[in-house]
Amino acid sequence: MEKDVAVKVENVSMTFNLSAEKIDNFKEFVIKRLQGKVQYETFHALKGINLSIKKGERVGILGLNGAGKSTLLKIIAGVMSPTEGTVEHQGDLVPLLELGAGFDKQYTGSENIYLYGAMLGYSKALIDEKYDEIVRFARLKRFMDIPIKNYSSGMRARLGFAIATIMEPDILILDEVLAVGDARFRRKCIRKLKRMFDKGITVLFVSHSIEQVRKVCNRAVLLENGEIVADGDTDTVIDIYQQKLEIDEEE
Amino acid sequence: MQSVIKNAKKYHFLIQQLVTRDIRLKYRRSYMGYIWTLLEPLLTMIVLCFVFSQLKGKSDRLFPLYVLTGKLIYSFFSGATKSAMKAIQTNSAMLRKVNVPKVIYPLTTIFSNFIFFLLSLIVLVGVAVALQAPVSLMALFSIVPILLIFFMSTGIGLILATLEVFFRDMQYLWNVALTLIMYTCAIFYDVSLVIKHGYGWVLRLNPVYMVILLFRQSIIPSSVEPFAWQTLGITAAFSFALFFVGIYVFQKNQDKFIFYV
Repeated sequence: MEKDVAVKVENVSMTFNLSAEKIDNFKEFVIKRLQGKVQYETFHALKGINLSIKKGERVGILGLNGAGKSTLLKIIAGVMSPTEGTVEHQGDLVPLLELGAGFDKQYTGSENIYLYGAMLGYSKALIDEKYDEIVRFARLKRFMDIPIKNYSSGMRARLGFAIATIMEPDILILDEVLAVGDARFRRKCIRKLKRMFDKGITVLFVSHSIEQVRKVCNRAVLLENGEIVADGDTDTVIDIYQQKLEIDEEE
Repeated sequence: MQSVIKNAKKYHFLIQQLVTRDIRLKYRRSYMGYIWTLLEPLLTMIVLCFVFSQLKGKSDRLFPLYVLTGKLIYSFFSGATKSAMKAIQTNSAMLRKVNVPKVIYPLTTIFSNFIFFLLSLIVLVGVAVALQAPVSLMALFSIVPILLIFFMSTGIGLILATLEVFFRDMQYLWNVALTLIMYTCAIFYDVSLVIKHGYGWVLRLNPVYMVILLFRQSIIPSSVEPFAWQTLGITAAFSFALFFVGIYVFQKNQDKFIFYV
């Protein structure tokens, strides 16, 4: 992989097996097998995606629901392996997906900081050092000894964001995360992300808000039915996307 | 193998965190907390001894030890396999977000069960002392069945964890299987009667019973049949085979988990 490339997606395809997902108990499986009814209805979420992202690029991924945006991010984050093709990345990668999910509900706030930090690959020393900063950013000092199950969803998202962004990663994956918390916290998050952007980290950003994409990104990719249909500077791709949206509405 | 060691180093903090979580949460909100690790087997032992010595009519001085050895091994086996089976479900939110070796989830819960099991052995020591049991140096050999039940539970736990992802009814099936395993473990009855009636082979089909037998042979040799290398050989071979099959089955299917959780 070339030195200035942060993420390289080569010929990635993802095929979901729709019928297999419906069978989740043994009886059904055996019966369907005996009847020869395990049919494989497939859905191609991604078809031969090639994408090379240079270091410091902030790429917005646009597309209608079901275009394959989240699937692509999950594959890049490594939580899903593609049916075909390869994905490589250079540097630390932190995915900000489904903020606040993944906490242990019975565990207290402070215990979850350590658990979640460990999940993201932080060391104990690092979490010890950054603990106060995390708590301060999330504004949850009074609630640290309370089980997470008693937190509101906004509090969870705040804590999730604070932990995940405490280390400045080389590559940051953002999936609709700026839609959480109240307006004040959202502004705070955006300020923090801005500071990270200024340091030249690589960003992959999925959002339905065209305005956010325009503000954050310096490159955009448009996905449609699992294929890249446009790739280039933000304004050009957004124009194409808006045209498609209008056509869609007329229909 | 090298990658296993490398991963163990890389993820040792995460492994430690997950094991700690299991241990901390087990008795949270309970008044007596960790004391239950010792109290639960002790009370169960007393109940079983009371019921079954009444039935038998004769009293064997070491019967409490006989019951306890069986109960401790079986409890670890059933607890570890059950929690490993659910490990992928329990951690599904994590699984969807971060890319860590998935085998960590069932393994850590087996570790924490194992730690509780080792702690509960204190009861065994206490009861042996109280009964003035003639424990010999053979007791050191008990480390072998302890390791064997660990590998066996891990292997079965990983297979169950894999199956449970695809078929949610595995947990009910496994509960039934565990009932069968428990009754053929000879936890609270004397094996000699079973052998006399010609059903000894049924017990020998149960690998957990074989481990219990080895464990008893090292601690209370007078209460069970004499030690045989053959028993040890078969049980060890079976445990390690299950362990490797478990790892293989899990690794082979783990990429598919995300579509089912």
